Amino acid sequence: MQKLSTYKDLADAYARLKPLMRLREESAQGEITKRELLVCGGTGCQSSRSQELLNNLTAAIKGAGLEDTVTAHITGCFGFCEKGPIVKVFPDDVFYVEVQPDDAKEIVEEHLKKNNLVSRLLYHDPAHAGRTLARQHDMDFYKKQERIALLHCGLINPELIDEYIAAEGYLGLAQCLEKMTPADVVAEIKASGLRGRGGGGFPTGIKWEVAAAQPGPVKYVVCNADEGDPGAFMDRSILEGDPHGIVEGMAIAGYAIGATHGYVYIRAEYPLAIARLQRAVDQAKEVGLLGKNILGSGFDFDLELKYGAGAFVCGEETALLRSIEGGRGEPTSKPPFPAQKGLWGKPTIINNVETLVNVPKILNRGAKWYYSFGSEKSKGTKVFALAGKINNVGLVEVPLGISLHEIIYEIGGGIKDGKQFKAVQTGGPSGGCIPASQIDAKIDYEALTAMGSMMGSGGMIVMDEDNCMVDIAKFYLDFTMEESCGKCTPCRVGNKRLYEMLTDITEGRGTMETLDKLQNLAQVIKDTALCGLGQTAPNPVLSTLKHFHDEYVAHVKDRRCPAGVCTALLDYFITDACIGCGLCKRDCPVSCITGEKREHHSIDTTRCIKCGACANKCPVKAIVRK
Amino acid sequence: MAETQMSADGLKSLARYMDQFEDKESAIIKVLYEAQHIFGYLSNDVMLFIAEKMDIPAAKIFGVVSFYSYFTTTPRGRCQIKACMGTACFVRGSEKVVSEFEKQLNIKRGQTSDDLKYSLDVLRCVGACGLAPVIVVNDKVYGKATAADVSKIINEIQG
Ligand SMILES: Cc1cc2nc3c(=O)[nH]c(=O)nc-3n(C[C@H](O)[C@H](O)[C@H](O)COP(=O)(O)O)c2cc1C
Ligand code: SF4
Ligand code: SF4
Ligand code: SF4
Ligand code: FES
Repeated sequence: MQKLSTYKDLADAYARLKPLMRLREESAQGEITKRELLVCGGTGCQSSRSQELLNNLTAAIKGAGLEDTVTAHITGCFGFCEKGPIVKVFPDDVFYVEVQPDDAKEIVEEHLKKNNLVSRLLYHDPAHAGRTLARQHDMDFYKKQERIALLHCGLINPELIDEYIAAEGYLGLAQCLEKMTPADVVAEIKASGLRGRGGGGFPTGIKWEVAAAQPGPVKYVVCNADEGDPGAFMDRSILEGDPHGIVEGMAIAGYAIGATHGYVYIRAEYPLAIARLQRAVDQAKEVGLLGKNILGSGFDFDLELKYGAGAFVCGEETALLRSIEGGRGEPTSKPPFPAQKGLWGKPTIINNVETLVNVPKILNRGAKWYYSFGSEKSKGTKVFALAGKINNVGLVEVPLGISLHEIIYEIGGGIKDGKQFKAVQTGGPSGGCIPASQIDAKIDYEALTAMGSMMGSGGMIVMDEDNCMVDIAKFYLDFTMEESCGKCTPCRVGNKRLYEMLTDITEGRGTMETLDKLQNLAQVIKDTALCGLGQTAPNPVLSTLKHFHDEYVAHVKDRRCPAGVCTALLDYFITDACIGCGLCKRDCPVSCITGEKREHHSIDTTRCIKCGACANKCPVKAIVRK
Repeated sequence: MAETQMSADGLKSLARYMDQFEDKESAIIKVLYEAQHIFGYLSNDVMLFIAEKMDIPAAKIFGVVSFYSYFTTTPRGRCQIKACMGTACFVRGSEKVVSEFEKQLNIKRGQTSDDLKYSLDVLRCVGACGLAPVIVVNDKVYGKATAADVSKIINEIQG
């Protein structure tokens, strides 16, 4: 593309490129003469060989002589990760799931050449006796979703700026520069009700307003792409599927607060996201949508990537800034807030990936439109990463205020293997567990906090009857303990003590007194730690103690793990598979196994020391722990 | 011999990489990232080289390296086995898979076997939660892994 130097250049480019989207518009109808295939190329599906699949599709299309009427592209995450890789056929709206590289030929031969659907690759809906669904719009998974942040994921090729512009990309930025003052932009974002999607839910417009009011000339915009919650992957999917959306969102933020330089702090563990974003930045620079005098407006803005290197605490904003400056990412106390004194002491706004990707869409469609989604105090939509024991693992974007029931049963397709739903964990290591009894709760910032959890970045881990809640609390504590930067004592020492107590409980050394101590210490840490990591680390403990108290009591009083997870509390049993060989009996150090030759043996669990010697010896694996 | 040649080339390309940054201090993490990609790990020699070239106290470089878990100062095995222990993988039983690797390879998580053949590490969410539990071996992804798959995976990477 040639350089875009004026608003008119961009408008012309948009008019010229717009037809690229024609087949992908919902209204596309009539006789099908041309087709487009989109294959998801996010990290998850690339690991399921989606690149090879795309190559095979391209080759098969050529082989069939269809290259003039059919094209195949990669695109960002469709969200239906459980059944990836996905191939979507436009304009048919047909959605193939779990497509393997070897299936490419059949799709081309049958569907593209003969107009026959390949039914074995269609989605079989378990909720309706396995009925086959061909169209994406008929799937329950998508019916209740509202894709705004994820609009471009699964719609455009993230590696081509042409596709982004064809899908109204950079028009929001152009509109700001041409028709709005920075104060207008701040007012528009304020009016949209957009709140930070990175955890705290702070109103984005107010954050911008504070930074805009600071004296210049040097200010910074930082995108927090450190995504630390180990079970959330929406930011990565957005970076991989809509990198220009981040570039545009940051440029708009820069204009609004009067910054000319931005940094994206991105995890080094996300190589694909880094590559896509870098490519987007390079393309934007090349056509003049980043750099000096953007579209002739006089506004300059430049972007640079900085790598995070695997420290959860660097997601915390003050630590993040220290890390960008090149040091150890240790938090500092607030105030001063970054909006007043941030990067190199200059006013800085830090916004999350999902927050920023919403910004261009709000400018395009208007604050009113965005404000129309959501609940009373939580406006717009939120992306959740549904994972764990749920049928439809994936990324879902829903209006805030939707009920947990709708997310888990309607969109998520219910619990895996027909098991009992037990709890859902939200907010990652800083959040808490919501018990099954709250299934009708509405999901927004306020409601989650009221239930002792939090929104966090939007991880939603579903647990069933086989998960032990004490074990889950211990899992999170293990994480935060390892990630504590060690600067303050409550977090460094306190969380370690919590972890030790949880270990005692899961290994049968806990008492009722341990539970009291656990509760008290957790509260102290919450009140005294220096930064958000330490202050929220006890949340998983406190919320499970509150909602699953019986389960803790079973561990300490009956020395029993109701879910059958804590191995130290499990007993050895001999099943009916026993052939009576007697090998176990010979090796038991405390002689607690009885039984006659060739007859079923049994273990006296009151004397068994759980050494495991017998289980290792049994030739037919008849000795199990329960 | 070949190894010294490689490291000489590596140092040269690292030096070129460092040259592009004006503000050295804020580029430390990127430079260390590049260095680890070239050499596989950050030896004392490499860290001292960086300190000298960038004119930054070595203590600062060491401090940064020790802070971030992405960086490793010991050589890793030729087969790098990484097991995801993100929440989604954890609740679907990744702990059992990791323990099985520990048992069969006779190394603990975070360790490398003495013959430098294997290393075993745990990661936090590789973004393929739909495939949980996930094992990554030298960039190849094994999804829905169970303890029973472990010997199969080890056989495959040996072959
Ligand atoms: C320990 C800790 C980890 C955090 N990790 C992240 C993260 O990975 N990504 C993120 O966007 N925000 C994270 N946050 C929140 C940020 O500090 C900050 O509030 C956020 O990036 C602001 O952007 P927003 O207003 O757009 O949400 C974390 C906070 C804490 C205390
Ligand atoms: S609360 Fe934890 S992570 Fe935060 S400053 Fe204190 S020790 Fe560091
Ligand atoms: S676990 Fe050990 S003590 Fe218990 S029955 Fe088996 S061999 Fe005997
Ligand atoms: S070793 Fe196994 S088969 Fe033999 S007696 Fe014991 S439980 Fe039965
Ligand atoms: S938790 Fe393992 S891939 Fe996400």
